[in-house]
Amino acid sequence: MKLLVCISKAPDTTSRIAFTDGDKRFDESGVQFIVNPYDEWYALVRAIELVEAQGGSVTTITVGDATCDPIIRKALAIGASDAVRIDANPTDSSQVARLISNYANDKSYDIIFAGKEAIDHNSSAVPAMIAECMDLPYVALATSIDVDGDVSTLNCESTGGTNNVSVNGAFVLSATKGMAEQRIPNMRGIMSARTKPLTVVEASGVTATTEVSKFTLPPAKGDCVMVDADNAAELVRLLREEAKII
Amino acid sequence: MSVLVYIQTQDGKATKAGLEVASFARNMNVGEVTALVSGTLSGDGGLGSVGVSKVLHFSEGVTDNSQLSKLTQAAAQRADASIIVFSGNNDGNSIAPRVAIAMNVGYVSGVTCLPEGKIFTRNVFSGKATAAVNVMSEVCVISITPNSYGIKSDAGEASVETFSADIGAQRVVLNGFTPTSNDGSVPLPEAERVVSAGRGLKGPENWGIVEDLARALGATTACSRPVGDMGWRPHHEHVGQTGLTIHPDLYIACGISGAIQHLAGVNQSKVIVVINTDPEAPFFKAADYGIVGDVFEVLPKLTEAIKAL
Repeated sequence: MKLLVCISKAPDTTSRIAFTDGDKRFDESGVQFIVNPYDEWYALVRAIELVEAQGGSVTTITVGDATCDPIIRKALAIGASDAVRIDANPTDSSQVARLISNYANDKSYDIIFAGKEAIDHNSSAVPAMIAECMDLPYVALATSIDVDGDVSTLNCESTGGTNNVSVNGAFVLSATKGMAEQRIPNMRGIMSARTKPLTVVEASGVTATTEVSKFTLPPAKGDCVMVDADNAAELVRLLREEAKII
Repeated sequence: MSVLVYIQTQDGKATKAGLEVASFARNMNVGEVTALVSGTLSGDGGLGSVGVSKVLHFSEGVTDNSQLSKLTQAAAQRADASIIVFSGNNDGNSIAPRVAIAMNVGYVSGVTCLPEGKIFTRNVFSGKATAAVNVMSEVCVISITPNSYGIKSDAGEASVETFSADIGAQRVVLNGFTPTSNDGSVPLPEAERVVSAGRGLKGPENWGIVEDLARALGATTACSRPVGDMGWRPHHEHVGQTGLTIHPDLYIACGISGAIQHLAGVNQSKVIVVINTDPEAPFFKAADYGIVGDVFEVLPKLTEAIKAL
């Protein structure tokens, strides 16, 4: 089977968040970048597992500039067969989705994987948008997938429970916790990743429909009001009279 | 100008998330609010009471997001909507981006407060910052972070109109649904109150005191990642960077140290209470109220104090 996995670059979860360019852009200086955890731990690893069991290839696709290459090599080290990078600096989800769809349209991928969201913009939009661009079915928040010929059966998170669904033929999925376990690349993987193909594709003219006009850091949190451990009633009073929350 | 809201119903009534979305749409004050409902609807589904003037009712229950996208587009055309609003829950998040692409208009997800003109505010970097997003298209699609705006009553009754549209073929087949719990508690993403516990509870057999407090408060229970990974609690209770992101009014963390990855899932809570034996636990820095103490002693006392209200 022929699988495509969307990978994005994200700041490490412990990064200091700061902005530049009049607070219009994330300040990348000194930031350690990682493969977006949902893309790596769940989408990529499960795609690799399926190909290991049933044969085929896993291609990763990333929209971004050359600063994405280290995280793409990491994905190759984990076990992807090859990688594509669309050379662009997108400013919104629809741009990313349209660029990926334009590339993937004539390549007949069986399943397109993505993580449920990127931990920087938290939009959860790209996989659904790719599905719409390519007129494919979309299964969101998948926690498991089994593929039997043309039919894929998945469990996915729904409001208040789990749906079990089936799809016949090509589709797009977003993966979340449960799909797979994190894999640490071994030395052989890391060595072979250096020579695996990473194709850079020029971006076609796709324009954004939204733009961030300003990023703002939240106001500093006030001091925590400490309550004595023997005085639970005081906490309840504060929650009721001061915070007005119960 | 008018606003279209996509509303989910349960037993014929708009869900809490649906009422919140309708309240938000009404209070944007950009024009009449039309609601789209597919499936069972009794009366106006309670939507008039939050300011909806018209309900477009598609009688068939639809689950496939590509069909729901087509249905929403048809309803948007009928209502001549300039803004289309979804709840940012699992279902809304899978339909709204499709609608935006199909209509070639801007999409802003996870909006947390009323817009200023066409500038919408949303949380980014897992709640560590906010972004003001400018929509450059005439029409736009947005989703609202659950429990960020609340339900605002507005007297009135909505007219209900039967609606039909060509929604294409169903391609994702729903074989079955398993509810995560049948204790009647509100799902975590929509919960107003959450009681969460971590390794400080020492073992799954000790969760009774957490559940007692949650029951007394009418809260939903949650847990930290290690607790989910060790199988002490089901995975769907895990809140944090790689689990659920929640936005309750009140989050009580019991025996959770507050690693940065955990905070990413809960820092959008309005009020955070931390109970931990370690006064140096990082969570206290992110908390509004704190008790340094043993959860095994503090929780039962807190439960009694809540019950005494």
